[in-house]
Amino acid sequence: MQIHKHDAIIIGAGGAGLMAALYASKGGADVAVVSKLYPTRSHTGTAQGGIGAALGNLDEDKPIYHTYDTVKGGDYLADQHAAKILAENAVEAVIELEHMGLPFDRTSAKRISQRRFGGHTRNFGEELVRRACHAADRTGHMILQTLYQQCIKNEVNFYDEFQVVDMIVVDGSVAGVVAIELGTGAFHIFHGKASFFASGGWGRCWSVTSNAHSLTGDGAAIALRRGVPLQDMEFFQFHPTGIYRMGILITEGVRGEGGVLINSVGERFMERYAPSAKDLASRDVVSRAIYLETRAGRSIKNRGYMHLDVRPQTVNRYFAEEGRDRADFIDESTVERKLPDILDFCRTYLGVDPVKEPMPVQPTAHYAMGGIPTNVDAEVVVDAAGLVIPGAYAAGETACVSVHGANRLGTNSLVDLVVFGRRGGMKMAEYVKGADWAPLPNDAGAEIEAEFERMRQSAGASRPGELRQQMQETMMENVGVFRTEETLQQGIEDLAALRERFYKDLQIDDKSRVFNTDLMEAWELGCLLDLADVTARTALERKESRGAHSREDYKTRDDENWLAHSLIYQSGALSEPAYEAHFDKKVDLSLWEEEVEQGLPEEQQKFRPVERVY
Amino acid sequence: MDVTFRIRRQNPDLPDLVKPYWQEFVLKDVDPTDRVLEMLHRIKWEQDGSLSLRRSCAHGVCGSDAMRINGVNRLACKILIRDVGEKVQVEPILGLPVVKDLIVDMTPFFDHYKQVMPFFVNEDPLPEDGRERLQTQADREQFDDTTKCILCACCTTSCPSFWANGHYVGPAAIVGAHRFIFDSRDQAGQERLDILSEPNGVWRCRTIFNCTPACPRDIEVTKAIGEVKLAIRKGTNVGIIETSAIH
Repeated sequence: MQIHKHDAIIIGAGGAGLMAALYASKGGADVAVVSKLYPTRSHTGTAQGGIGAALGNLDEDKPIYHTYDTVKGGDYLADQHAAKILAENAVEAVIELEHMGLPFDRTSAKRISQRRFGGHTRNFGEELVRRACHAADRTGHMILQTLYQQCIKNEVNFYDEFQVVDMIVVDGSVAGVVAIELGTGAFHIFHGKASFFASGGWGRCWSVTSNAHSLTGDGAAIALRRGVPLQDMEFFQFHPTGIYRMGILITEGVRGEGGVLINSVGERFMERYAPSAKDLASRDVVSRAIYLETRAGRSIKNRGYMHLDVRPQTVNRYFAEEGRDRADFIDESTVERKLPDILDFCRTYLGVDPVKEPMPVQPTAHYAMGGIPTNVDAEVVVDAAGLVIPGAYAAGETACVSVHGANRLGTNSLVDLVVFGRRGGMKMAEYVKGADWAPLPNDAGAEIEAEFERMRQSAGASRPGELRQQMQETMMENVGVFRTEETLQQGIEDLAALRERFYKDLQIDDKSRVFNTDLMEAWELGCLLDLADVTARTALERKESRGAHSREDYKTRDDENWLAHSLIYQSGALSEPAYEAHFDKKVDLSLWEEEVEQGLPEEQQKFRPVERVY
Repeated sequence: MDVTFRIRRQNPDLPDLVKPYWQEFVLKDVDPTDRVLEMLHRIKWEQDGSLSLRRSCAHGVCGSDAMRINGVNRLACKILIRDVGEKVQVEPILGLPVVKDLIVDMTPFFDHYKQVMPFFVNEDPLPEDGRERLQTQADREQFDDTTKCILCACCTTSCPSFWANGHYVGPAAIVGAHRFIFDSRDQAGQERLDILSEPNGVWRCRTIFNCTPACPRDIEVTKAIGEVKLAIRKGTNVGIIETSAIH
């Protein structure tokens, strides 16, 4: 096996990976980015609406308000000190992106333009604030392009279309990763002082998802298989507005520009569920409302979808009702200019023109709040006390800091990846200066190569595509927006049956080595099965409802028993893994504790866990 | 409806399949609004797992699945069955070496992109107030169109000038340069124009216009190339031109 030696190995070339690459290389480290996709294909590029930062370019704003919104949005499961760092660092990170050339839209004062987004408010929930910095409705695309361009400028080493399939652990520290060069099928060892997982989420566990086909949670599954626990896996966000049946994301920015959700009787139903924030309540709240309306028989044509209406006459009518300034009123050209990609998706895939007709939308599996546990410097931690595993880093969707708690606010995924990608990159540059090379074991890569060989020779009767579809359907049905003990048990049982077929009856048609996507998809399915399993198991054990985890048999949040992060560990053979979940990792409540120390009366405490009201 | 796919295939790893060949697949119960990509997936997932293609986001944003569909460069995820009919011919994009089936070697394409300094350059001290550089929305609009590029290669591999000479940087690289040349904050415009006035730069463009309809992001590629040509002759201060001026 060919061995490549670099100080820092970064797995994944989305926003978090490229940000880490850029800052680690600026810090003097020899960096290699190893990615199964060409960097510009990464899923960061599909983020639409904006990146939140309290620049205050249009409305008065402060990082502490952003912190508050993040903590509240996360239903108080977010670590408060981490949320504070997120909000504070967001400001300088966004400014740095502008300095790197990112073409943000501009205000009349030539500054970065900002728009409203769900759950983002001024003065601790007083009113919605324009905080999401945007470049039309392709903000993620511009972030990804800008970071890739800067990496080219900084001559970062890229190993494009190398898929990482294993992590090399030596005496409790990480010595690198094993990857397959897709173009040849050859295995390579990447020997590094530090390995940084920025490998994205696993929305492909569900049948209706906004996620790319490639979002199969490879990095999280690899870590889990090598003894790292995964944190808060029961919390997976369903975005309320995916295109009906297809799941393609329709940005919250549509509602930020005044768009409203309408049910089959023509009612703007969010007024009932969230009297203040209405359509811009947090995503978990809006997704549940859509399901509840559907159950009440008020979905459009009784098919489980709602209308998202951004036609100027509709938007302006509600603006008038709310007493908004006439200057805020929109016309068709506003919609065309601010949401061009959304219009293009609807026109292409639905034949629906959103300036003339409402869009059919339903909740779509969107974002993993959980993942590889890290501290605020993106160092991977392996227990409830925060023990660091030397040489391991993670950031972005695959990681869990935790800043999103039980439910992520819109725009905060982009904030997360630039802030913690950057912090992790800097930290890693510092680490590799002092760290020694862990010696590679002689048989590094042998185990995973044998596993691939076994899979490549499989001659069973279950195609990966069929198994994947069945997994996605059971996850959608049983481990979706609403859960009960019964559905979760069913999900776990279905997954066990699928796992059995996957390991004993797999059919692989492609026996060649060059670009064997049949084989790679099968291996990715194995990752998804592990992640689906830990999601269902932690969801079964958490007997409360919090944020995106909504148990119909335990309908309320229970801070007394469950205000804690989950950590789940996997052991044993891949075909018959054993799982162990713990719920004893404390949530950081330091901002609230400071308020208590200052002697603030309860009603003035902003960070005390209280019931969320939007 | 039934749809017949005729797909250009080859696999350098299997002696019998090294030479390109055509293979037909029939799909039943196809809906006119199904995406071509979904149909290729059905073939791969239900009939022949060895069919090889790149794809990721499946909604026209990542740029992975550029291919030649009924003779025209398209993203498979952005073209529907109703747009292509009941007989669909799919082959790899032209002008880049085929790796396997519909997968081509993208290295030359990205190498061309990297040649044109596709990154922001501004050596001035940062604003003293620690905030963003200023730009009017009107100046921002000057290069809006070319910021949409997703580097899918549909334009470059539809260009006869590129087919004839693989050293030509091609439309996508010029679009990449345009995005910075016309950005009021950038300072390396002249260097990029110098690169693009080399023999394998913009002058290989014969204004054939294949690139513009090929773009899945509706970028006016030929117009952007025309603006770069004009800027080489007259300087970037001439600014953006009307499409009619380059006909």
